[in-house]
Amino acid sequence: MHKLLKDHSGEKMFLLGNEAIVRGAIEAGVGFASTYPGTPSSEISANFFQIARQSDLYFEYSTNEKVALEVAAAAANAGVRSMCIMKHVGVNVAADVLMTLAYVGVRGGLVILTADDPYMFSSQNEQDNRYYGKLSGLPILEPSSAQEAKEMIGYAFDLSEKLAEPVLFRTTTRLNHSTAPVVLGEMAKRVTMGDFGKDPFNYVTVPAVSRKLHIKLLNNIEKAETISCDSRYNIIEGEGAWGIICNGVSYNYVKDALCDLEVKDKVKIFRVGFSHPMPGKLIKDFIDGCEKVLVVEEGEPYMEEAVKAFAQEAGYTHPIRGKAPELFSRLFEFDPAMVRSAIASYFGIPYETSDLPDLSDIPDLPQRPPNLCAGCSHRATFYAVNKAIEGIETIRPTDIGCYTLGFLPPLSTGDFLICMGSSVGTGCGFSKTTDKKIISFIGDSTFFHSGIPGLINAVFNNHDINLVILDNQTTAMTGHQPHPGVDMKAMNHDGFGRVSIESVVKGIGVEHVTVIRPYNVKKSITAIKEAIAHKGVSVIIAKQACTLFERSLKKQVGKPFYVSDKCKNHRDCINDLGCPAFFVEDEKVRINPTLCSGCSVCAQICPEHAILPLRR
Amino acid sequence: MNIKRLIIVAVGGQGNLLSSKVLGEAACRLDVPVRMSEIHGMAQRGGVVESAMIFGDAQSAIISDGEADILLGFEPLEALRALNRCNSKTVVITNTSSLPPFTAAIGKGIYPDMEIIKTFIASKVSRLITLDANALAKKAGNELSVNMVLLGALIETNILPITAESIHDAICETTKQAFVDTNIKAFESGRVAVQ
Ligand code: SF4
Repeated sequence: MHKLLKDHSGEKMFLLGNEAIVRGAIEAGVGFASTYPGTPSSEISANFFQIARQSDLYFEYSTNEKVALEVAAAAANAGVRSMCIMKHVGVNVAADVLMTLAYVGVRGGLVILTADDPYMFSSQNEQDNRYYGKLSGLPILEPSSAQEAKEMIGYAFDLSEKLAEPVLFRTTTRLNHSTAPVVLGEMAKRVTMGDFGKDPFNYVTVPAVSRKLHIKLLNNIEKAETISCDSRYNIIEGEGAWGIICNGVSYNYVKDALCDLEVKDKVKIFRVGFSHPMPGKLIKDFIDGCEKVLVVEEGEPYMEEAVKAFAQEAGYTHPIRGKAPELFSRLFEFDPAMVRSAIASYFGIPYETSDLPDLSDIPDLPQRPPNLCAGCSHRATFYAVNKAIEGIETIRPTDIGCYTLGFLPPLSTGDFLICMGSSVGTGCGFSKTTDKKIISFIGDSTFFHSGIPGLINAVFNNHDINLVILDNQTTAMTGHQPHPGVDMKAMNHDGFGRVSIESVVKGIGVEHVTVIRPYNVKKSITAIKEAIAHKGVSVIIAKQACTLFERSLKKQVGKPFYVSDKCKNHRDCINDLGCPAFFVEDEKVRINPTLCSGCSVCAQICPEHAILPLRR
Repeated sequence: MNIKRLIIVAVGGQGNLLSSKVLGEAACRLDVPVRMSEIHGMAQRGGVVESAMIFGDAQSAIISDGEADILLGFEPLEALRALNRCNSKTVVITNTSSLPPFTAAIGKGIYPDMEIIKTFIASKVSRLITLDANALAKKAGNELSVNMVLLGALIETNILPITAESIHDAICETTKQAFVDTNIKAFESGRVAVQ
């Protein structure tokens, strides 16, 4: 049985924040969950996927976040407790649903989890999704630890049902990806089926209905503020004339800093866990009891703005600071020392920093950037494209996935990237405004997610663009989740359909469509040359399973290769491919046989034919 | 309880996530408060993977620069690179078996000489412990148990409030049945190597 399904109430488990969240949902009796995978939220969905195979919980990987939220919105309106999980930028995709779903509301609890990524460990921006609470009018909850996250999920479902509207649950990477002992609670009974009571004058959002619903939403915001003021997640701790208002993981750094600085008895902390609507009355009382206030929050000055507005309303003139050049930045993530030093400087507390070694004499070290895996089919495709376009000036928009790494040398493939699916749309724009050849790159999962409308646009508006769809039959980057093009039967999962990328592309009306096998270098180069010679929209589908995934499934990958004596040290292999299986020993090129997946691409491009299969 | 901060640095695929998991499980068994944080996602594709573990009464799950009590390096270059996480009182344990990054192979940077790495690290911190964890793992019967060898060396320093017995139990609990014996053997060989 899945460890999170075990009825071990009272027991302690060492859980990842994301696992604690899943457990919290299970304990709350969640019956339905949907997602589009995205770091740092991915393990939540991975666990739900496994749990759904062992229980009556319904879970799906939806095509994108917008669809995921629509699916969950209906489930919740059928009365089933539902959860919808996405990374912060996913909420942008789902925002169209979110904004009006806030009017319509839900019957069964709906918790929408947004996993923000301060510092952008694995994201294209570090937007602060607390503003989505303000924008949509929906409540926001923010836990500070794995244990609290587990409990807060249950509270979120209750709150959602009490207010009859979705609740946003905001985490940050350091909560999702930190692990701590978590005490398990009891599991509520799961309800997975409900019914939908028709009520078109409340559910069909024509203007007349929406005008009424907006009034309801505003009333709900007032109700929510009262609840926020009474919430057990808006905690005031300690006594003293100095006040600190904080949230999420910053609360942990504040607590540790007060110990380190030995000022626990001088400082009062307000930990905001229910952050939209902000608990106005509580905050006003809190400020009133302080000489000065420091707001500690990663990201934007979301709370600081609110706190200052409350102070103004109440006519207080206490100093309130947060984001400032000498205190906190809006950039990146915080750490304990940063918070400690800001607290010390703001309140004038003397403290000694630890004695850091002088590292100025350490020589420059070779970098270790992330790289496509040894034998990754994307490398083969990028190489073939680079050869096919020699002498042609191109612009090559890329997209989001492992293949984004192709923008690094030596492949240097990727000139422009904004968001999921942008390779196609931006390719269209460049094709009309420059005289360069446009070659866009998109992964299979990203194509389904949001590449299709761009391709339809390209066909309709007759853009001159070549789209390379990197079809490795999985969502590799986020941990190999399935997508609509995956053969689920072959992976022993029943009950799924399958959408063929080739049929979609042809159905859209693309005239020139070729499927290539990227490990076949020569044929691929020829096919790509033909495609880019085509005027208008052409599509190349580069089909080859992700080698890391194949290996993890213990599927047979090719036999490793080695560099024989015929090698004349041109190093085309290393210099053009950048495969991490190569290394240099005594000035000679070598291949690490454990890393080599036997894709044979280097063997095909070696001018001396010096790279040969290793016989065992 | 006295707070101890450990940073583990490794190269994606070296199995460091399992060693931190074992340590965390062991701490749980001993009722030692523990928090750990790791970065998943893009960095894992052959890049540097770092885990931070904090034992004792702290609430933070990450460690600021200069504040590690122990640095455990799965790869010597990465141990050297992580010196900014250390202070003059830090104890560093590093594997001496190197994994040169790809950039060195394409001539973008030179992998420093092992002796230079050792001298630099030793000169900046209070103590440096080195061992060839890959060789010891091989000897124990499985090259992939480098993580267990290094765990052995770590526990032997007695800096963390974690006992060898609790690690044995945690290995039985968290690692695959077929590998338990070699894992324990590898763990013990790491302990002996630094005695
Ligand atoms: S996980 Fe798959 S797609 Fe991603 S870099 Fe590795 S082989 Fe390529």
